[in-house]
Amino acid sequence: MSHSEHHTERNSLAYSIEKSVEVYAQKCYQCGKCTAGCPVAEEMDLPPSMVMRLLQTEDPVNDEKILRSHSIWLCVTCEMCLSRCPMEIDIPSMMDFLRQKSRSQKLVNKKARNIIAFHKSFLNSIRFTGRLYELGLILDYKRQSLNMTQDISLAPKMISRGKLHFFPTMIKGTSQIARIFKKTGN
Amino acid sequence: MKFGIYPGCSLTGSARDYNESVFALARAFDLEFNQIPDWNCCGATAAHNLNKDLSLALPARILALAEKNGLDEIIVPCAACYSRLVVTQHELKKDPELKNRISEVIEMDYRGTSKILNVIEWIDKYIIPKLEGKISKPFKYKVACYYGCLLVRPNKILNYDRAEDPQTLDIVMSKIGADPIDYPYKTECCGAGLSISRTDIVSKLSGRIIEDAEHRGADAIIVACPMCHSNLDMRRPDINKYWETKFRIPVIFVTQAIGLAIGLSPESVGLKRHFVDVTIS
Repeated sequence: MSHSEHHTERNSLAYSIEKSVEVYAQKCYQCGKCTAGCPVAEEMDLPPSMVMRLLQTEDPVNDEKILRSHSIWLCVTCEMCLSRCPMEIDIPSMMDFLRQKSRSQKLVNKKARNIIAFHKSFLNSIRFTGRLYELGLILDYKRQSLNMTQDISLAPKMISRGKLHFFPTMIKGTSQIARIFKKTGN
Repeated sequence: MKFGIYPGCSLTGSARDYNESVFALARAFDLEFNQIPDWNCCGATAAHNLNKDLSLALPARILALAEKNGLDEIIVPCAACYSRLVVTQHELKKDPELKNRISEVIEMDYRGTSKILNVIEWIDKYIIPKLEGKISKPFKYKVACYYGCLLVRPNKILNYDRAEDPQTLDIVMSKIGADPIDYPYKTECCGAGLSISRTDIVSKLSGRIIEDAEHRGADAIIVACPMCHSNLDMRRPDINKYWETKFRIPVIFVTQAIGLAIGLSPESVGLKRHFVDVTIS
């Protein structure tokens, strides 16, 4: 059955993926090339081909399983799955959508805490200065993840190689950047 | 035509070596860069993981600034920034409604007219034609050309090199005297943005890329992405710990290799800033 003949359940996760990122889970015929090529599949609770299969069931229990998975946060957006998919299913775009949905529905997997803390620290840095301030990012990440000792030996080695600045560079358009964050709901 | 550059954040900090080599090459080949005035971060992985509109608005501001300043062509040395800018241009082109919304968010006109070049396209277009007679020290080494992810994927959008076993970097390296080896890890992921939050995964994935290059007898891994470089070079102590071994192979930016081949000093192309000693020169 092609996706055009299939009528996706209106309240399913598959339906919201179709509507927002135009990815049709029903196109997947489970060849498994995405999982075979995925660099982080072995770390995942649900490898990409399994996410596709669960979406096809349009079962609310499975939908929640996906949104609660560790996988969606482990995905590094290397785009290998899309590049090898015979049906050209845009799994990376779908993963972006699933991550945002997982957060808005407060279903984020606990194991993904540090990954999200890192992303938040990264965006915080841009929000205030316009550019990434690497030292600020590391310090803010430590505060958010409570991971104080990690990479402690890296900073002095970066400083001695001139690779870490003590102070951020503020761009002129910082207020414009702040408005961009605000208008996009951050 | 005015020629723009978007360095991106890492080139001003952790990838300062890459920046030095790009600018050293530009000087050596009389190419003038105009930095996009007041550029901001592209948002990288963090933005597209957490907020789609933000991940489009940040690159759109950069492209709008380039347009406003008449920069028709911009070189983006960072493969990750390159991917974000090209993907944004693509998304906004296919959806005029989205384009208008993002234009409103950034409070700037956005047309999407800039031509975006990655570092190898820039080298192909502006350096290779002028290379003859410039090579004083052919780079006679066996090299593993590591493209990583974002230089070649998403391939339907970037429309650059082929997705499996790409060749462009190999061809550039052979033109400066190198011997590129067959290398199946060319486009495998190094772990990318998980470097800080999941160093264990990065150590595993980057270790495989390094192990295979060493196993095949390469003298160096050649890269064109600051994120790949920091994972393969700066993360080497973590990689060696994870793999319980001591990988020694250096990781060199393509621009540094070209610099050495035309007789620039290792210092001037940033080679002294690496974590893994670069013994070849």
